Amino acid sequence: MKDFTSHALNVATAKGARYADIRIIDHRQQVVSVKNGNVDGIGDQYSQGFGIRVLVGNSWGFASSAFVAKAEIERVATLAVQIAMASARVPGPPVDLGSPVRSTGQYTTPIEVDPFSISLEQKLDLLFRADEILRRNSGVRVSEANAIAVRNHKFFSNTEGAFVEQILYESGGAVAATAVSDTEVQTRSHPNSFRYQGTGGWEYVTDADLVGNAERVAAEAAALLSAEVCPRKDTTLVLDSSQVALQIHESCGHPTELDRVFGTEAAFAGRSFLTIEKRNNFRYGSDIVNLTADSVRPTGLGTFGWDDEGVPASSTPLVRDGEFVGYLMSRETASTLALESNGCMRADGWNRLPLIRMTNVSLEPGTWELDDIIADTDDGIFMETNRSWSIDDMRLNFQFGTEIGYEIKGGKRVRLLKNCTYAGITPDFWKSCDAIGNSRHWRLWGTPNCGKGEPMQTMGTGHGASPARFRNVKVGVFR
Amino acid sequence: MNFRQIADVVMSASSADETEVLGFEENESLTRFANNCIHQNVTEKNVQITVRSVIATKIGIAISNDLRPESLRELAIRASNVAKLQPPNPQFKGLPRSQVITPVESFDGAVAECTPEQRAASVGIICRKAAQAGCAAAGSMTASSLNVGVANSNGVFAEHRLTLADESTVIMGPNSSGWAQRTGWHLAAIEAEALADEAISKVKMGADPVDFEPGEYSVVLEPYATADLLEMLAYDGMGALAVQEGRSWMNGRIGERIMADSVNIVDDGTNVAGIPWPFDFEGVPKKVAPIVASGIAVSPVYDSFTAGREDGKQSTGHATPPSPQGRFGPAPMNLFLRPGSTSLETMIKTTKFGLYITRFWYTRTVHPRDAVVTGMTRDGTFVIRNGEIAHPIKSLRFTQSYVEGLKYTQAIGETTRVLRSGFGGAVSVPAVQLGKFRFTSSTR
Repeated sequence: MKDFTSHALNVATAKGARYADIRIIDHRQQVVSVKNGNVDGIGDQYSQGFGIRVLVGNSWGFASSAFVAKAEIERVATLAVQIAMASARVPGPPVDLGSPVRSTGQYTTPIEVDPFSISLEQKLDLLFRADEILRRNSGVRVSEANAIAVRNHKFFSNTEGAFVEQILYESGGAVAATAVSDTEVQTRSHPNSFRYQGTGGWEYVTDADLVGNAERVAAEAAALLSAEVCPRKDTTLVLDSSQVALQIHESCGHPTELDRVFGTEAAFAGRSFLTIEKRNNFRYGSDIVNLTADSVRPTGLGTFGWDDEGVPASSTPLVRDGEFVGYLMSRETASTLALESNGCMRADGWNRLPLIRMTNVSLEPGTWELDDIIADTDDGIFMETNRSWSIDDMRLNFQFGTEIGYEIKGGKRVRLLKNCTYAGITPDFWKSCDAIGNSRHWRLWGTPNCGKGEPMQTMGTGHGASPARFRNVKVGVFR
Repeated sequence: MNFRQIADVVMSASSADETEVLGFEENESLTRFANNCIHQNVTEKNVQITVRSVIATKIGIAISNDLRPESLRELAIRASNVAKLQPPNPQFKGLPRSQVITPVESFDGAVAECTPEQRAASVGIICRKAAQAGCAAAGSMTASSLNVGVANSNGVFAEHRLTLADESTVIMGPNSSGWAQRTGWHLAAIEAEALADEAISKVKMGADPVDFEPGEYSVVLEPYATADLLEMLAYDGMGALAVQEGRSWMNGRIGERIMADSVNIVDDGTNVAGIPWPFDFEGVPKKVAPIVASGIAVSPVYDSFTAGREDGKQSTGHATPPSPQGRFGPAPMNLFLRPGSTSLETMIKTTKFGLYITRFWYTRTVHPRDAVVTGMTRDGTFVIRNGEIAHPIKSLRFTQSYVEGLKYTQAIGETTRVLRSGFGGAVSVPAVQLGKFRFTSSTR
């Protein structure tokens, strides 16, 4: 493989690049989907190819191809340089990549059971068993169960001397039940509404206990049809850990991406209210709010050995004791702030340019038992499992909805509620956080569907969270 | 290897009862700019071969981008092996039979051959105009070409090549911004000067926006915002699978008048005014599919699977690509909201008090059965008072049933704009004037 990477980098340099890197990726994905007792989708997907990124002067170019052959590598490296030279016709400021990156080594996701060693028959058996239990409930119109296995074999090399090889495994699965009446449709999912997915082996799926949770999921979906609609009021809100994870993703993860802050995502993904003068100078949340970006915690979708610039995995604080202190950075953006990259550049395939992406952005655990948070709440609403999400382009005004909710009265969960939504402004919301669940309730969730960039890239990100309580939140904005 | 050769290799290696080959060959180039300079500039050459093998009523799927003959043969075997593992699915009635497909032109060599230098020149116009206006421009220009082929063992063989050109920009001033976009299958659709002028004029109009109390107001929507109405209604249930599963806004409404008489929504894959594509991903010719006619909900669109579940139904030619992830179901990819006879100026003049909205952003479904959607206004929101645009306001969040919104349609614009859809395909939409629209919060 080194022959290919060296050749590409030599061609790029000879054509005029002052920096170049290449990624060669062999991607395999196997998905099994079952719906209403039938196979809804099943199969393997293979994709291989390479992408070359070059810096000529202060302008970038990127070209990629599915055909991994020496002549094609020459063509693509030459094209990348030509594209960079074209970029220079509309030039930007000087590009400084900071310290050279000379990483070398190998990394493989720690797994107990290779997800591709589990036969399709075994996967189907698991999913059909879960699906059958979902369908036992007469209120369920659509039952679904799925499992995924991913293997990414990546090589990265750059003109500064880096050469790393990684094999990243992902596994995941979920069940969902949709209950339907003449006028209503309600869905419940487990473990999460997006597919539950992490870096790991098949044990990640078996630990999720899809079969053991199917009966509950079906019953909750059916019960929601006749539940009361979430009332519209300002109240105390308690979120389960998966919804806190979504809240972190949208209102902390994205606004701390430094490319957004610098405006380079303005036309598509949006910008950020966390402008550079706010670093170490802005109260983002209450004193108990501590948010961390890391790429080292086991099972996170943002866990790896090196990012797609060859920068090693690391852990950095974003919010400490409520104060905003750090960003998610690339080499180029970090150097603008006289910092070093914390390794957040990733591309969703060989054919895409690396962008700043969340790694595992997590809320550190607090001290509360969930039961104590509920018992300590006189009047409020408990919401669980994300259903809808929308936030403005500066990541301030958000409105999220959940699959299920419960009214809290006198420290107890009482009425079941459907169509639950809540809304707020990011820093006001996090400043109202007055209770966070302890490490027993902390779970590292995966978001496999984060969209960013043009052409659109879909990336997996991780978010650890415990349940948390927020005061004076507007809920029930449904119509 | 051309698509017919690829299909032949796969078919000859397949032992399945029925075999389908879907091929994509894509060349996509995209130039991104921000802060008045090009910061990302990419090109991609890729292929994807999807094999669907059918044994009795069992379906296996295998996907690869490896075109070596031995790999294609292995792909066919893999798809068959996957099919064999399954229990029968009696709802599947087989792959489509061959039908006559009328070719349609949607390929422009100027797009396929658009160079990085040409893209830089187009983008440069926008960046320079923005800089001259004291603003910062961001956006992108795409030039892509796609060859798609579908073949199956029942005699279907269809090929189509198309191009897509798209350029869009957000131009930002100190406290306001403007948006403009052009889409077409021909390069002439891209008008960089006009794009820049449109966005800069919105920056100027929108300067110094003020807070505004959310509530229910009449609105005039530019085509960019109207596009979102169609896209989200499509996502929330213009396909038969969503209706069959009870999660569509069309459930219980087919045959009923649910929108204003003036509302006519149709999917027309053959209309060269959009981004035409004469057949779907199963090789079935696209039929002109009325979805809402004179305000009455007519029908969702079908693929062969969903049509096979209902007596007497035929596919309308709206299959999406087969995926191991599960069926997305049929979807309209060339939606048209038929134009009316009212100019944008007249819509504003006839609004006593309301809001003028450039576009919606980050819209998501809150509840699919009524197509309740939440999202933000962006890049220019204005108060209309006594028939004139009075002043800009800060962006607002809305939470609104799009079905109900179109029930209060007061006027539809006389001209339409083709826009690339976020869900694939394109929409062709005019401005609309709606009597009621619910805004639920504001931002800073």
